Amino acid sequence: MSTADPIDSGRAADRLRAGDSRRPAPASGGSKALGGVAGWVDDRLGPAKGVNYLMKKVFPDHWSFMLGEIAMYSMIICLLTGTFLTFWFVPSAGHTTYDGSYIPLQGVQMSEAYASSLDISFDIKGGLLIRQMHHWAALMFIVALSAHMLRVFFTGAFRKPRELNWIIGCILSMLALVEGFAGYSLPDDLLSGTGLRAAQGFILSAPVIGSYMAYGLFGGDFPGEAIIPRLYGVHILLLPAILIGLFTAHIVMVAVQKHTQYPGPGRTNDNVVGFPVMPVYAAKAGGFFFIVFGFTALLAAFVQINSIWVYGPYDPSAVTAGSQPDWYMGFADGALRLLPGWLEFNIFGHPLSLNVAIGALFLIPIMYGAMAAYPFIEAWVTGDKREHHLLDRPRNQPTRTALGVAALTFYGVLMFAAGNDLMAIKLHMSINDITYFFRAGVFILPVLAFWVTRRICLSLQRSDRNMVLHGRESGRIVRTAEGKFFEAHEPLDEYTRWKLVGYERQAPLELTGGVDAHGVADRSSRGAKLRARLSQFYFGTHVDPVTPTELAAAHHDGHAHEAIEAAGESTHAGSH
Amino acid sequence: MNALASRRRHPAAIALLLLLGLFVTGGAYAALAPKPAVAAEASSDQIQQGKQLFLQNCATCHGIGALGTDEGPSLAGVGAAAVDFQMGTGRMPMAGPGIQAPRNVPSFDAEKIAAIGAYIQSLAPGPAVPDAKYTSGEGGDPGKGGMIFRTNCSMCHNSAGAGGALTRGKYAPSLHNVDAKYIYEAMLTGPQSMPVFNDMNLSPEAKADVIAYLKTMHEEGNPGGMALGSLGPVSEGLVAWIFGLGILIGAAYWLGQKGA
Repeated sequence: MSTADPIDSGRAADRLRAGDSRRPAPASGGSKALGGVAGWVDDRLGPAKGVNYLMKKVFPDHWSFMLGEIAMYSMIICLLTGTFLTFWFVPSAGHTTYDGSYIPLQGVQMSEAYASSLDISFDIKGGLLIRQMHHWAALMFIVALSAHMLRVFFTGAFRKPRELNWIIGCILSMLALVEGFAGYSLPDDLLSGTGLRAAQGFILSAPVIGSYMAYGLFGGDFPGEAIIPRLYGVHILLLPAILIGLFTAHIVMVAVQKHTQYPGPGRTNDNVVGFPVMPVYAAKAGGFFFIVFGFTALLAAFVQINSIWVYGPYDPSAVTAGSQPDWYMGFADGALRLLPGWLEFNIFGHPLSLNVAIGALFLIPIMYGAMAAYPFIEAWVTGDKREHHLLDRPRNQPTRTALGVAALTFYGVLMFAAGNDLMAIKLHMSINDITYFFRAGVFILPVLAFWVTRRICLSLQRSDRNMVLHGRESGRIVRTAEGKFFEAHEPLDEYTRWKLVGYERQAPLELTGGVDAHGVADRSSRGAKLRARLSQFYFGTHVDPVTPTELAAAHHDGHAHEAIEAAGESTHAGSH
Repeated sequence: MNALASRRRHPAAIALLLLLGLFVTGGAYAALAPKPAVAAEASSDQIQQGKQLFLQNCATCHGIGALGTDEGPSLAGVGAAAVDFQMGTGRMPMAGPGIQAPRNVPSFDAEKIAAIGAYIQSLAPGPAVPDAKYTSGEGGDPGKGGMIFRTNCSMCHNSAGAGGALTRGKYAPSLHNVDAKYIYEAMLTGPQSMPVFNDMNLSPEAKADVIAYLKTMHEEGNPGGMALGSLGPVSEGLVAWIFGLGILIGAAYWLGQKGA
């Protein structure tokens, strides 16, 4: 829609706004009251220009653009509550005997890390609330971050020029998992100790270097005294610093590249329609911070999370049923539960534990690698080198949407497999059967999801076409003078219609030849062939947007529908 | 003394000495050997009543002589404690065939269960219904009980006693709202998939510690709020996705609807 207006030669949406009076730039009321101070600061540091630029920056308004904000605010809550926790937490594996106020653990030997976590929970005023806020905010951080990534993927916001920011987002997401796992391991309770034991096993499964890495990281054999202070440094210093640095770059890049927007009347690839930061967006965003903060506090006040006192102190000889990691590590745990034992091989007396390594070591880099590479793969297949500031409706990119849903299904199967034991007891099923089902499902369900999603997208596109050409079914039955009955259809208004027609026609790339002028096979044609095949995969079946001619024809002659519909979906055969 | 000394070569002396030796050894053994727990003397009336009840309600699966059939195991030597546990928690008689007998409303009152227990005990001795002083958990050390629990029990029953899955549809049931007596009897008799923790490997005092731990842990409740079934990170993740994200998206949508 960036090139041609599908309705007629003039830009309909611009015409609609021709009579609008221009909004005056918002008068900054605060600057008068704070003028003296602001002027003093500006004379010395000169921030006025930059601040002015930022304050006038326009952001489009849509609820789905606020998912990233939820993640950002949750991270801030984690920083604030985490600072509180550092005042009392003792990151040490040193032995102590508990004498706090939780009766069932009195007199029990434990580490100082665990004892101080218990003290935070029971003997420090507000400690349990803050601890629970910290944990809930950490879960919500990764939940919101994942939902934000899904929004960016399904609307195509990762396309040029935002590929780099997508990669930064992928790294942020992966580091958030590590940060979460490090924090989950610190209290040294039975559950987190089991998690650490598993992590040590994962590292051991790395071919050749595994045992060296494990010994280096744990400072000797498991569990040792070193791992908790080391994880503490990583959790409160190293990873937060990297996360904040990358996150700042992420935000700056959004400001520099401007926010994307959904297609709509008056929205083009060259403008941003929305509110300026000051005062509207700042008020909304600021208010939203307090909503997120308040909600997290409520959740922490009413719903218990990570009841470390129930798990008890870590003891390598003990374990609890239902040992799961926090949800964001569930997919890796699920992969481990699904991997069959026969994947462990013995090569000249050295074990190669692929039954562990595939799920624990290879899965995460492969997954994030594929995510980071996707914008480049799609750009190569489509040959699209243009900038995109208008978002796609997911249905208008059936293959991308279907690929996304297939990947999500794969992830979902692994994640649910991590809860196979709980499903077994709650649904009164056999854990073996559930595991077999997921083992097959991890291969079958993504393919099924791909096919179903693409069909749904194409159907929705066709339904959009139908709506544009014939209008809305009014439910009004009309009888003509000859006695014929028909249901009257009401044409769509221009605003609604714009959304349904405002996307680009897609067609697969055609191979240009594959042989040069002398009939000799072109060397570069192998890549071109692959590309043509992939392009066929992406766009082989497509539903075109209604063109102005088709619309005019439909309005002119109501009986021409069938012919137009038939032309709507076309399947391209091979490229020659 | 002389008289005794002069008769030491009497032909009967060896026989007498042997008799004396056997008597002393046997007496000492009887006095010092560990005694199997034996139920309070059951009257023959009670055993007769138990036998009648057994034949009416249990013999279909366990056989007329309680020696087992293809449908159910032999009950010789399981003791009155096993009968009290299985029938007192409503697991037996089983409502229907299944992988595992679920906890249920008991079908018999205490008197009838005791009668059937006496009958089973009369067939072959086994662990008796334990003394109330151990099953109440009074005086038990919860700290020590917690350690025993985490080492021996939590891998199946979960550290909160919420239960857990075993293979092929079998499961370790939840320990919430279970009478201390039944917890003790379960340890003593090892019902269904559970191993036996007899008095040799877990003394009655240690069992009382475990019961004290479970009791104090449940008395402490959930200081952090709703426990979400005490199932740990899975239910917490579900809450984060469904309620957390759902409510915050609702708030975002509401804010997005607000004009300038």
